[in-house]
Amino acid sequence: MAKSIYAYIAHKAGAADDSALELIQAAQQLDADAKVSAVVTGDGADLDTVCTAMADTYPEVIKIAGGALAYPNAEVVRKALVNILPADAIVLIPHDSFGMDLGPGLSVKLDAAFLSDVVGFDKVEGDTLTAVRQEYGGQVSTHVSLDMSQGAVINVRPGAFAADETGGAGGSVTDKSGDAGDLATARKYLEVVAAEVGDVDITKSEVLVSVGRGIEDEDNLEVFQELADAMGADVSCSRPIVDAKWLEKSRQVGTSGQTVKPKVYLALGISGSFQHLGGIKGNPFIVAVNKNAKAPIFQVADVGVVADILDFIPELTDKIEEL
Amino acid sequence: MEILVCVTRVPDTAENEIEVNADGSDIERDDLVYSVNEWDNYAVEEAIQIVDRAGGSVTVVTVGEEDDEEVLRREMAMGADNGLLLSDEAFEGSDGKGVAAILKAAVDQGSYDLILTGAQADGGAGEVGGMLAAMLDLPYASLVTSIEESGDGVLKIGREIEGGNIEMNEIQQPCVLSVQTGINEPRYVGIRGIRKVASVEIPEKGAGDLGVDGAAVGTAGAKARRLDYFVPEMGDGAEILTGSTDEIIDKLIEMLKAKGGLK
Repeated sequence: MAKSIYAYIAHKAGAADDSALELIQAAQQLDADAKVSAVVTGDGADLDTVCTAMADTYPEVIKIAGGALAYPNAEVVRKALVNILPADAIVLIPHDSFGMDLGPGLSVKLDAAFLSDVVGFDKVEGDTLTAVRQEYGGQVSTHVSLDMSQGAVINVRPGAFAADETGGAGGSVTDKSGDAGDLATARKYLEVVAAEVGDVDITKSEVLVSVGRGIEDEDNLEVFQELADAMGADVSCSRPIVDAKWLEKSRQVGTSGQTVKPKVYLALGISGSFQHLGGIKGNPFIVAVNKNAKAPIFQVADVGVVADILDFIPELTDKIEEL
Repeated sequence: MEILVCVTRVPDTAENEIEVNADGSDIERDDLVYSVNEWDNYAVEEAIQIVDRAGGSVTVVTVGEEDDEEVLRREMAMGADNGLLLSDEAFEGSDGKGVAAILKAAVDQGSYDLILTGAQADGGAGEVGGMLAAMLDLPYASLVTSIEESGDGVLKIGREIEGGNIEMNEIQQPCVLSVQTGINEPRYVGIRGIRKVASVEIPEKGAGDLGVDGAAVGTAGAKARRLDYFVPEMGDGAEILTGSTDEIIDKLIEMLKAKGGLK
């Protein structure tokens, strides 16, 4: 293959995102002999701190500084990358809210192939990569071939590759800010509006009764509140419940919601998308109840019950109340 | 405001269990219930609401086959003014870039102030909107959860970022936005609504009409190709409790007690 691989480093407040150490692992799996460079965009002292930290992991760090890059606006970052990266570059980007903004358009501007939300690499033969993705919310997986002969932009799912914490790379930091070019864009970042705090802080809950699409109707929420009351737990939920406005956003577990660290997590009628699972930390004891025996949640749960939650949970609540 | 919404027809995951077929070449398609992609439905509702406020019209477009016309009709029953089907044998097997290139050709033949897509579809890639914007040289934002006209062809938009936070941006029109679920509450489409648009003629355009090079799209032009479907090894997986409901509940309660799940 012998192409150069570039890893886009997400960072905030002077600290690199966890994905930074995952992307070097992914790059090495792609090509153990490739030259792997970290690309860090930003501004000020925070940028320098991140560059220095990344030089411990990556043999080369490309620093791109500028006032317009102080907040990661994908439209601005894309312009800078197009001006700086070589034509046949392989670019690895974390598949988060920023990566989804950046990757597809970047691949068009670099005239490179694109692959989204990759969870693994199977093999590389010549310029053809075989990668693993998931479809239908993780219900099935696929092998996908990617022609990388004219470069590639690959969005990598956070957490899919193990972090490489080896360090000691002794890398150099190269300042390419001068090559970034005109960074004027028709999209302007204004501000981040922080998530509203709800009546219950589920990030502090030790036991969560979490409900998903399987509850079917808003009126059924009380069935699960009764279970939570019997257990001394709080009720949380997956995204569809918030989309339907049945519960407040502050009750949503997942990457676009809250990150929770309970001891025990009951996933009831939740299929288990990676965005949902990304919000569950601290290795809790997970109980999944779902009528679909193939739901991805059963792959990560400790204990599973294949049943309709609307039949099963009232009986469970009755038994717990009798204790 | 003239708005184009790109929609697609997908197996409805709320109605179906998605399974891999015997030789792994596809998912099991017998008896699948199809519907409009959920994200796209939110995008159409948003477009209708904008036009209700600001005037103009909503056109829904899809790249597909005859069967896919039904989702255009459904969205027209919802309130979209026009439908457009982009269909050609040469389009089959297109990757995200192929689909974006076909849509770009359709956009070039119209005059739109705003182009909406769903943030993602059944493949979970979330790629077509960003590619389309880059091909059109228009500004783009993904995961949009609010759209507000702030005058002078500028939209104030909210994007969903990590941790439940919302990133606010100003974006100049024309632009491409990919819409996240939850941005609104899509209206119900009744059987009467569907009947009203049942006989409306929906124009169809092929590669020749659009001026799309058939070799650049479809299987021939795809740099990304799906090779197979498979079910991953379960790893450890969950211990599935079996027995009568009473037995399962007794086992579960013992486990919950042991793990500190009952207070």
